[in-house]
Amino acid sequence: MLKFSEDHEWVNLDADICAVGISPHAVEQLGDIVFVELPDIGLAVNKGDAVAVFESVKAASDIYSPASGEIVEINNALLDDLTAITPESAMANWLFKIKINDAGDLDSLMDEAAYNAMIG
Amino acid sequence: MEERRTPLYDFHIANGARMVPFAGWDMPVQYTAGIKAEHLATRNGAGLFDVSHMLQVELSGNGADAFFERLTPTDIGAVAEGRVRYSMLLNDAGGVLDDLMVARLDGRLHLVVNAGRAAHDIGHLRQNIDDSTKIDVHHDRALLALQGPKAAELLSYLGLDLDGFRFMDIRHFTLGTIPLVITRSGYTGEDGFEISMPANAAVDIAKTLVATGDVTLAGLGARDTLRLEAGLPLWGHELDETITPTMAGLKFALSKKRRDAADFPGADIILDEFVNGPKRQLVGLLASGSRPVRDGTILLHDGVDIGIITSGSFAPSLDRPAALGFVETHLATEGTTLAAATRGGETPITVVNLPLVSHRYFRG
Repeated sequence: MLKFSEDHEWVNLDADICAVGISPHAVEQLGDIVFVELPDIGLAVNKGDAVAVFESVKAASDIYSPASGEIVEINNALLDDLTAITPESAMANWLFKIKINDAGDLDSLMDEAAYNAMIG
Repeated sequence: MEERRTPLYDFHIANGARMVPFAGWDMPVQYTAGIKAEHLATRNGAGLFDVSHMLQVELSGNGADAFFERLTPTDIGAVAEGRVRYSMLLNDAGGVLDDLMVARLDGRLHLVVNAGRAAHDIGHLRQNIDDSTKIDVHHDRALLALQGPKAAELLSYLGLDLDGFRFMDIRHFTLGTIPLVITRSGYTGEDGFEISMPANAAVDIAKTLVATGDVTLAGLGARDTLRLEAGLPLWGHELDETITPTMAGLKFALSKKRRDAADFPGADIILDEFVNGPKRQLVGLLASGSRPVRDGTILLHDGVDIGIITSGSFAPSLDRPAALGFVETHLATEGTTLAAATRGGETPITVVNLPLVSHRYFRG
């Protein structure tokens, strides 16, 4: 089940494990990514917590947790080559996975059509 | 609020620019190449920037020199025909109301002021003027900056005779039938040119330059990272009404004749700092790690607030983050380690001399 947040994260729920990434639109808007910080495995997070950071040349952007739960996996390979973070790869590049407490946390998110309508 | 558009707006869109509001204008922050690529293309070749949002003003009349000197610390009499100076409008506290370029051409003074201060500056000029000086604001002109080590070669290739045309010169040129006023100056630390032209010629000139195949279109993003590496101040960051030229490392802009006469706004404060040093001064700062330290970050020494970051970014030519900021003068020596109070805790950050990337102006 693929959904999108207003903050341009995408989430993909598989059983109770939720993979989180940022949308192609967000990557395009950020421009050249120069720094990424991912959360620690085992971190307990609440829905809406800022859990990761993307920095472009000009600005910093927080990545928010779409649900409450625990960080169970992070995509460290992403940090090896930040130039590989492109709009084309954005949907394949998950950042972290959360074992979520309540799938209801994701009810307020948008489906792809609604998200595409939002970004115009 | 509706943003104003330069004559190159459609040209920018057609070339894949991402437009952002800046100082009341809709300006390209970057094109498809991206900030890093545009920055490096300018350092290694030539970048073309639309800076038509900056205001071009002309002062003429018998009293123009005296009028200009009443507002600035510049010995304008020493600015010969065909020459350009960096100057600034000062307030009575020695603070910088705006920084600007002033040139003498055809016996008149040509000023270029920041877009974000244009309305303020015009008000300030009009408030202080008398009948012996006339102000003409050139809303009908565009301004393009061609910057980088290949800029001169490109203009020569297009038929401009640059013989004897050095850094901080201004001269009339003609490209085809288009009359241009060009200064050999810029905001990148590289050799380069700022080309003033009638607004209706801007698209033709831009297309002619791009058609050489050696010019990369560059937006405000690259303009900012280039000037940061070059240690050049940006009003609103390294300059404002509370920051003196002495604090901002601009002693060179205080003419000796004017210092001796002590007859410019804020002279008492500025001259005291000139001799005894300001309380804080502008430095370059390199943080450890790969995370940029941003504008507004407080700097600490032994846990005490001793400064602030005023511009922080990734510096493409250094391939690492870099910043400008003010620190207390006794700590403003290269190699001093401070701490930047970032959200995640304290990040070690080291004071370095400016510029961070050496200037490569053409001095003939």
